[in-house]
Amino acid sequence: MITVIDYGAGNLRSVANAITRLGYQLKVTNRPGDLAGASAVILPGVGAAGDTMLSLERMGFVDPIRRFIAEDRPFLGVCIGLQVLLTGTEEGGGHQCLDVIPGQVKKLPPGLKIPHMGWNQVKQVQSHPIFKGIPDETNFYFVHSYYGSPEAPEVVAGETEYGISFCSVIVRDNLIATQFHPEKSGEPGLKIYDNFLKFASIERE
Amino acid sequence: MLTKRIIPCLDVKDGQVVKGTSFIHLRNAGDPVELARLYYQQGADELVFLDITATPEKRGTVIDVVERVSREVFMPLTVGGGLRTTSDMRRMLQAGADKVSVNTAAVLNPDLLREGADKFGSQCIVIAIDAKRIVNSPGPRWEVYISSGQRPTGIDALEWAIKAVEYGAGEVLLTSMDADGHKAGYDIELTRAISEAVPVPVIASGGAGTLEDLYQALVAGKADAVLAASIFHYGTYSIGETKQYLAERGIPIRFS
Repeated sequence: MITVIDYGAGNLRSVANAITRLGYQLKVTNRPGDLAGASAVILPGVGAAGDTMLSLERMGFVDPIRRFIAEDRPFLGVCIGLQVLLTGTEEGGGHQCLDVIPGQVKKLPPGLKIPHMGWNQVKQVQSHPIFKGIPDETNFYFVHSYYGSPEAPEVVAGETEYGISFCSVIVRDNLIATQFHPEKSGEPGLKIYDNFLKFASIERE
Repeated sequence: MLTKRIIPCLDVKDGQVVKGTSFIHLRNAGDPVELARLYYQQGADELVFLDITATPEKRGTVIDVVERVSREVFMPLTVGGGLRTTSDMRRMLQAGADKVSVNTAAVLNPDLLREGADKFGSQCIVIAIDAKRIVNSPGPRWEVYISSGQRPTGIDALEWAIKAVEYGAGEVLLTSMDADGHKAGYDIELTRAISEAVPVPVIASGGAGTLEDLYQALVAGKADAVLAASIFHYGTYSIGETKQYLAERGIPIRFS
């Protein structure tokens, strides 16, 4: 079963709506034990990485998420769900994150409006099934003030320009994460979910 | 490059769109879900719902609208009108809204912005400001009005915008009361003054009559997004035509 993690914040409903629209069944859960039997896990999110980590820690999700990813099972992080995969964030005075992708979460540089809010292009810097049927430089909807900066260039699958060029899509084995919100990005966004679920070999029900 | 957003605004009363619409091919032009779907298909970048339901007992109707729209329209939704507390905000966000806009309640209690930003993140707290130009002022100045433009506050719009962002608003929805409804263009001077003063995105609202007006708000007014109601609802311009025009004039625009 596709399992969406509910840690008390985030835009769960939009994510659930998108997956339902594609014809898949899903389960929203606040129980860490449910990850063990999940066929794919989605970690959505809005807000701040530090607050999200505090919620995940309090609810006991940290180890189950790390284990799920270590077992190389299909995992999709969205927005804050990308940022918390890194080692740590400088937001809110600094906070440790899940540390499954070595790297830091940094503030977008000054000079442009913050948050980076609206539709911006994703440059596909490597070919990957998550981009199947999606043209290079397609626009997706972003809203964030911080960005994940992985140490290993080979995990960067997509990049976006906003003052700097930052990593907007991470891939590593069965782990995929996007800084943008596919559930708010129209038909190309739905395609991202569909590609992920096909990549995870999930059947429509 | 970040594209400029084109945002249709729907006034919703008791669950129905109230500003008349002339989409003859819609079964029910007053149905916010049908209209939202049409704008989604046309390529709108975002939608704003302004709830103008007068009676508190009917306030639940907009929640139902947001729930139904978010099931089939996969773009950002902002809901405003009558939100007083963080519980009100939570209900909208849980129904599927991505952002909530507050106006009167934030002027009366700016801490609402801080509480909302702490609970949900500043990216989903929009400060809506209705501003009216102060006549006979030595320099250009604008006053904040609340209660649907009925009550002057004596507060300077520029100072309020800066303060509201400091309190936690992540975006400004700026309406010129002088320009609103006249279709003679946005108040460019106001838009530019606020946009240059705050570090967050500004949506220009009020006064759109031609596509040149939208262009001016984005370029001369330095707005990050433009909101319009009647030019879209009455079919004067489609979203597609609007985007084509702006793109030809060199504005970064998304085509889906």
